[in-house]
Amino acid sequence: METLLPNVDWPEIWQASLDTLNMLGGSLLFTVLLGLPLGVLLFLTGPRQMFEQKALYGVVSLLVNVLRSVPFVILLILMIPLTVLVTGTSLGVAGAIPPLVVGATPFFARLVETALREVDRGIIEATQAMGASTRQIVVNALLPEALPGIVAAITVTAITLVSYTAMSGLIGGGGLGDLAVRYGYQRYQPDVMLVTVVLLLVLVQILQSTGDKLVVHFSRK
Amino acid sequence: MPTRLHYKPKRFNRVIEFQSVHKAYRVSGQAIPALQPTDLRIARGEVFGIIGHSGAGKSTLLRLINRLEEPSGGRIQVDGIDATALDADGLRRFRQRVGMIFQHFNLLSSKTVADNVGLPLKLAGQLSRGEIDRRVAELLARVGLQEHAGKYPAQLSGGQKQRVGIARALATRPQILLCDEATSALDPQTTAQVLQLLAEINRELGLTIVLITHEMDVIRRVCDRVAVMDAGSIVELGPVAEVFLHPRHATTKRFVLESEHVDEREQHDDFAHVAGRILRLTFQGEATYAPLLGSVARETGVDYSILAGRIDRIKDTPYGQLTLALTGGDIDAAIARFEGADVHLEVLR
Repeated sequence: METLLPNVDWPEIWQASLDTLNMLGGSLLFTVLLGLPLGVLLFLTGPRQMFEQKALYGVVSLLVNVLRSVPFVILLILMIPLTVLVTGTSLGVAGAIPPLVVGATPFFARLVETALREVDRGIIEATQAMGASTRQIVVNALLPEALPGIVAAITVTAITLVSYTAMSGLIGGGGLGDLAVRYGYQRYQPDVMLVTVVLLLVLVQILQSTGDKLVVHFSRK
Repeated sequence: MPTRLHYKPKRFNRVIEFQSVHKAYRVSGQAIPALQPTDLRIARGEVFGIIGHSGAGKSTLLRLINRLEEPSGGRIQVDGIDATALDADGLRRFRQRVGMIFQHFNLLSSKTVADNVGLPLKLAGQLSRGEIDRRVAELLARVGLQEHAGKYPAQLSGGQKQRVGIARALATRPQILLCDEATSALDPQTTAQVLQLLAEINRELGLTIVLITHEMDVIRRVCDRVAVMDAGSIVELGPVAEVFLHPRHATTKRFVLESEHVDEREQHDDFAHVAGRILRLTFQGEATYAPLLGSVARETGVDYSILAGRIDRIKDTPYGQLTLALTGGDIDAAIARFEGADVHLEVLR
């Protein structure tokens, strides 16, 4: 081990892995909490939907598109003042979560909107015919019917967040990506680079296969 | 007789009434009419059928009843309530009293059969969990699906799915059941079973059923009255036997011919070589079983041969339709005799 990977400091790798998992968990939680209602709002106010609101949909849609078109690296830097305001620091795990959430929420909201559009209109009509309120339609019909699609959206978002966490290393965000940049790239230690990339790959694999299993579990079609 | 005090005159009780209701869709700034101004009365406890080709406006008409479609004008009274004047809250409570079933069943794939049936009760929020479970068990027994309570819709056949749809529509004990092409996605045998179930429900619960279809056979099997729609208007309306045995509008005639798989022109060509006068007799009700042909033949000395014919039922009304060729004897007397009898006579040649 010592001769094969001479520069690898295992306790540091372990700490970086934990940081990555914390960033991922924290940012995914807030992304889902914010993105799900935003996705529902986009769906309901969208064209030919229950609450078609051209103006509101236009504004929310534009905001989402603007955030999605800012490269994440730029967003990381632009967000620094706001991050300091929210968490008190722009460094470490806490400093990385706000830009991750802001970067991933619009993306996740669009995926949720798409998943909701996949729900058969007939099911919405049937629920309306039962006398359901809009809130009841969302809670009792739309979200349960779109659950497999939403789980798939969470999976894709989680994997996107993994690559974002790697980028947040650039502003001192910590984690495996930070390690890869500082040791692997800047000090040219290919063994450190290799270990971090393999660990990230394993993480992505686990996320994808767990997500796929959950989608199958929730699909009743 | 004290029991008479509980008797309510049902026959003349209007449960659904349209007063010059019309509907137009706005498509890129232009108004496309879907329903021309329509007046319609549907009586309590009847099975009312609406038949028409796709785009005739029948689906719009049905959805106006529970306001899944908003009318562009006119008044809709349902069970004494002005449905057009309801606010959002009133509309929700109103809809709980009108059941609806659909061509593609529209069951929630993520919920079990029992949860699908219980959903309207859960949404209404008036019953406890235990009461809902009991009502669901009762409804599943009614439609014969007790053993399937824990299954998901994807595990059921089409006919079973529609039974779940029916149980779900009946959950809140509605007065009215709307059927949107409820059998169009089913095979003929399953269609017959579902129609039989609807007829039973109508009889046992006194439920008013409004159904739309493009199949004559559906109307013939279960409906009391029928409205024929064409290009957004009701073009003919009356008791099913009346409308289908004596169709007046071109659309109605087309439906009748389609359902009998007969091309009238072709049939007339077939009779070209047949000698004598050709008549068509239509019997309805008890007259269907009267020995009319034999007695007319004896009295007037004519010979008859039957060129085409069918004897069938429209819901509970037996009817017969015979095409005859008459030769020899006193043909005019025979025709006069038929005219005097309890049959509908058409002289074809």
